[in-house]
Amino acid sequence: MIYSDKVLEHFKHPHNQGVIKDADAIGEVGNPVCGDVMKIYIKVKDCIIEDVKFETLGCAAAIAVSSALTDLIKGKTIDEALKITKDKIVEDLGGLPAQKVHCSMLGVEALHKAIEEYKNKDK
Amino acid sequence: MKIAYFDHSATTPVDKRVLKEMLPFFSEKFGNAASIHSLGRFSEAAVEESRKRISEFLNCGNDEIIFTSGSTESNNLVLRGLVKALHNGKKLHIITTSIEHDAILEPCADLEKEGIEVTYLPVKSNGIIDLEDLKKAIKEETILVSVMYANNEVGSIQPIEEIGKILARQNKKIYFHTDATQAVNALPCDTKKLGVDFLSLSGHKIYGPKGVGILYVKNKSPIKGIQLGGHQERNIRSGTLNVPGIVGLGKAVELAGKEREKNNKKIEKLRNKLVKGILEKIPETILNTDIATALPSHAHFSFLGVEGEAILFDLDFKGIEVSTGSACASGSLEPSHNLLAMGISPEVAHGSIRFSLGKHNTEDEIKKVIKVLPPIISKLRKMNPLYKK
Repeated sequence: MIYSDKVLEHFKHPHNQGVIKDADAIGEVGNPVCGDVMKIYIKVKDCIIEDVKFETLGCAAAIAVSSALTDLIKGKTIDEALKITKDKIVEDLGGLPAQKVHCSMLGVEALHKAIEEYKNKDK
Repeated sequence: MKIAYFDHSATTPVDKRVLKEMLPFFSEKFGNAASIHSLGRFSEAAVEESRKRISEFLNCGNDEIIFTSGSTESNNLVLRGLVKALHNGKKLHIITTSIEHDAILEPCADLEKEGIEVTYLPVKSNGIIDLEDLKKAIKEETILVSVMYANNEVGSIQPIEEIGKILARQNKKIYFHTDATQAVNALPCDTKKLGVDFLSLSGHKIYGPKGVGILYVKNKSPIKGIQLGGHQERNIRSGTLNVPGIVGLGKAVELAGKEREKNNKKIEKLRNKLVKGILEKIPETILNTDIATALPSHAHFSFLGVEGEAILFDLDFKGIEVSTGSACASGSLEPSHNLLAMGISPEVAHGSIRFSLGKHNTEDEIKKVIKVLPPIISKLRKMNPLYKK
């Protein structure tokens, strides 16, 4: 199974790994029984994702996806972030082995959950 | 960066002495062992010498060894070949275990689709079958019991001799096969003592070449070939013999027998050091290998709150090669069936790493693992949202 250099780089030096104590919203998906858990923290100001952090339990692909995803959404508006697809993440990573593509789906799910929580708070 | 290799259950480096014996047979003495001319006869003699070495190791006759492409083929051959020989319209039953290699489980699943009944014996938490379960499973239609000698993942050793005795006491013949692939390095494989009718072994697990193995077939055991063609190996396994591979296999088996005690002693000492160091330095670690009943080479751990493939890569970056039973690292996305069969939860199975030591491992390599692994586990645990900090 081959991982791209980009995936390995993200895994070795993940971007935005950590927590945001006063996060505006949090999205957590997956479960330890499957061996995959992703948690995204976002800080939003004027509809722009000012800061984002992640915590992940998972394989190299899962960690790389989380890292790449946070890069992709930082500084974007909520609406722009919602448009990011799993294919965009996979492309950004220079590809993922077929059996790892589901990790990118998990990333998108975590992001959407965070945004949903943010939007619900707003109401 | 020098590699510290701890994945000997996956494969082993070819011993220099084995390679030396193989080399002439590639381009110099390259004859087909079935050719009648002198070049062919030279190859044939080399094959027979290898066969003799293996039969001495197994304490059996030369005519009881069939060369194959490896244990996967040998396992398929015994399961399908025996069924083919005994199939007479009656119902047939096979007993095996839940911790066999896929090279037994997959052909069994395939045979089930064809109407053969298969019982998969459970194992205790130490990965070993309960002999009472075996006795209860035997029925009128049982033709074969197949139990691996030692498990590739956690290293648990099955009570092969005892199984042999139980089957010998039955009032009708039940054939007994053992997949000895992982056992050859560390355990005696005297087929008479073990009481087996069939035995599989492979070259590349015992410092021999990949692509070659044998099936031991006790004389008068029914078996029909499943790979048909040029009638080699008494028509039980057709195909041009892999002469250099076979020569290498013979040497590898001979060395395994001669150097077993010496190697076991060294490997066990290093393994125990590794286990002690890891359990001392890394909290919330489970040792899945039951040291008292397992091969001297194995140390299988579950690290709570971390995923196995991530550990594997972090170790790989440091030049340490291991394997994992995590779902993420398997093609099927299922955690290792061995671990689940032992009652280990999927959650814990995901955080598993297998160290399988070999004769070339050193104390320095063990020290390196003990130094390098704790910070890796800490780092990954910190990244886990569910792990208490």
